[in-house]
Amino acid sequence: MSTRTLEVALATPSLDPRGHPTTVPLGVALPAYHAPQDDQGGEHMLINIGPQHPATHGVLRLVIELDGETVVRVVPHIGYLHSGFEKLGEYRHYNQIIPLTDRTDYLSPMANNVCLALAVEKLMGIGITERCQVLRVVACEISRIISHLVWLGTTGIDLGAFTPFLWCFYQRERLYNLQEAWTGARLTTSMTRVGGLMADIPEGFEAGLRDFCRTFPKTLAEVDAMFTRNAIWCGRTQGVGVIDGPDAINYSLSGPMLRASGVDYDVRKDRPYLGYESYDFDVPIGEHGDIYDRYRVRLEEMHQSVRILEQALDRLERLRGAPINVDDPRLILPPKHRAMSDMEAMIFHFKQVMEGVKAPVGEAYLGVENPKGELGYYFVSDGSAKPVRWRIRPPSFINLACLPKLCEGVLLSDVIAINASVDIVMGEIDR
Amino acid sequence: MTPELKGLLLVSIIKLLVVFTVTMIGVALLTLMERKVSAWMQYRLGPNRVGFGGLLQPAADGIKNIIKEETFPGMANRVLFMLAPALAFIPALTLGSVIHWAAPLPVNFDFTLPLLGRFVHTGLMPMAVADLPVGILFVLAISSMGVYGIALAGWSSNSKYALLGGLRATAQMISYEVAMGLAVVPVLLLTGNVAFGEIIRAQQVGGFGWFILPLFLAFHNFLVAGFAETNRLPFDMPEAESELIAGYHTEYSAMKFSMFFIAEYTNMVTVSAMVTTLFLGGWDIPFTHWDETPGVLQTIATGGMMFLKVFFWLFFFMWIRWTLPRFRYDQLMALGWKVLMPIGLAYVMLIATAIYLIENVAGISSGLVKMLVLTGINVALGYIVFMVLDRGLLIGGSRERGAASGGLGRRAA
Repeated sequence: MSTRTLEVALATPSLDPRGHPTTVPLGVALPAYHAPQDDQGGEHMLINIGPQHPATHGVLRLVIELDGETVVRVVPHIGYLHSGFEKLGEYRHYNQIIPLTDRTDYLSPMANNVCLALAVEKLMGIGITERCQVLRVVACEISRIISHLVWLGTTGIDLGAFTPFLWCFYQRERLYNLQEAWTGARLTTSMTRVGGLMADIPEGFEAGLRDFCRTFPKTLAEVDAMFTRNAIWCGRTQGVGVIDGPDAINYSLSGPMLRASGVDYDVRKDRPYLGYESYDFDVPIGEHGDIYDRYRVRLEEMHQSVRILEQALDRLERLRGAPINVDDPRLILPPKHRAMSDMEAMIFHFKQVMEGVKAPVGEAYLGVENPKGELGYYFVSDGSAKPVRWRIRPPSFINLACLPKLCEGVLLSDVIAINASVDIVMGEIDR
Repeated sequence: MTPELKGLLLVSIIKLLVVFTVTMIGVALLTLMERKVSAWMQYRLGPNRVGFGGLLQPAADGIKNIIKEETFPGMANRVLFMLAPALAFIPALTLGSVIHWAAPLPVNFDFTLPLLGRFVHTGLMPMAVADLPVGILFVLAISSMGVYGIALAGWSSNSKYALLGGLRATAQMISYEVAMGLAVVPVLLLTGNVAFGEIIRAQQVGGFGWFILPLFLAFHNFLVAGFAETNRLPFDMPEAESELIAGYHTEYSAMKFSMFFIAEYTNMVTVSAMVTTLFLGGWDIPFTHWDETPGVLQTIATGGMMFLKVFFWLFFFMWIRWTLPRFRYDQLMALGWKVLMPIGLAYVMLIATAIYLIENVAGISSGLVKMLVLTGINVALGYIVFMVLDRGLLIGGSRERGAASGGLGRRAA
């Protein structure tokens, strides 16, 4: 075993012999010839966008070096929403980690719950029931639509179009109502459990979702009519923030960002989980890798999600009354009335609550296609009921990394548009 | 002071007070209308808590703005910082004084007041605070003054956002001033006068000689430039709240902030009234000559007509604002300098030639025929500009791709 040392440039402000700062006054070590010129009296202007700014989608901070209105460089700063989720996870039983996942990508909590449950089930080698699979697909696709609606609306606002935002949020409310009926919460859903689900869907959920699937495409068509052929929208988005396929792969992009660049990769198709291979849906692929293609890919993905939801609803009808949890008392808590009246059930209840569910020694990684890209959860287990390491692969963090490249030489307004097109959520980036 | 002068002064003061009051109340109600219109477009209700259906919301906003704390950013230039809202506000209000709001009213009085003496007024009273013989030139001159307020607000705030907003506003308003001036020239060519009264009179030929048809391209350019002059979406670069927080008025609070808003809405009213006056016949009621003979009833009816037209354009402003996305700064400048200005210049040349040919070569003296011929020319020009030249090329993104060209590649199941 050899130890690896890393040379880390310390962020102490200092000047080189020519008097230029060798570090950006923001803590990023850069070669002197790259260092931004001093704000006062220099040709360039440093402008700070965020962490409190209407267009940074959370607490992202962008320090932009401007030459007139042309962007010379963008330095993103993150960490304003750091919560230490990964470390917190090491002190919790696997089921107790689920509430933490709600708060990472807070625009699609149900999809995160599903990913965590799947990863732990992979670690433990558990299979789940068919109805549970279908319900988790429903959860994932609802989350996808919710997240994309937020993206669509806020991106519209960033480009100055306010009205579609409220159309999108109106539809999102309908999904949130369904989500609330199912899980009891609009944001902190915590709806999965290892080996199953917290609860089955309530009465009327299917009818509500069917109604949504029927009427929602109308809203999409309205937004489509507002944007897709709008000369201003095209002018603002086409050819802006372009990243080509090879670069997108090198930057490890995933999700709509990657597919807009023409790379055909969707976890649901390439490493299917939850039986996605048995659903009939298309994966939209862009070709130019600009904001416009990202917009169109996401718009089309919502249509495809509706298709998946319709198929899932048909399956749910067939599976009505089927169990949602695996039949294993070591994994699934017994019902309360049995725990209070039945000796054996009480023992299982006690052991699960006090000790947790033990996972075998080993490691597991599972990636799912989250709305923002490939979300991966990686667990290392030492055989106890708590992971020794929980690592999240946050899609928006990795997608955000290409922002400085995309923003080179564009105008200030484009930075906002490009930042919006990446579709970030800070809870996930800072974790 | 002669009794006639005193009479003139008296009616002028009355008109001044009426126009000022109506403008201020109208502007307050416009903010409510904007919120209601946007709510209507967005499946919302809009303000409905204060007063009946939210009617008192502007009053509540006004009170709030008056009692809020005045804040000053550190290191700001206090004098200019205080002055800037006034500099934006005054030109906006001044412009309202030259607009003709209705047909002239016959006013005859002759009375004597103690101490003040005798007041006399006979004949027609134009329904404008000041019936300036240089009408349109005055508007062009004063509307340029509004730039000072915004530029100084941006500069004196000692804030980078405000500075960028102020710079953008200055460049934008100066650029579109050119397009606006060029769009007015054809109207002047047809009218042969710069006074608003004369421009309205020239549009009364045959009961319906509005310039919107014979000068359609000028009308279009004027409207676009008007949007840019008022800094409304899709030209709200100076504010661009998603980029520059609130642009030049980022650092303003309380009533100073309100002043910018009042200025913006007053400008909207002015531009609407200008569009109406220049291209929609002002207070003219179409298809009748009844409104041209002076009388009290006529004044009221034409006033209502003017209100309807202005109201439509105000609604149009809001309609556009809540529909379109925003231009990027360079696209905006390109639109002003590369599209509107050349089109405006060429259009002035064409219209001038056409008028010369119609009047001197073809020898047509009938106003109606002249209008019809010009309308024909405009249909042809409009087809060329909007159907052949444009097609997404003038403001489109990249030239290789038309809007929505090429379907998405898809991988089927």
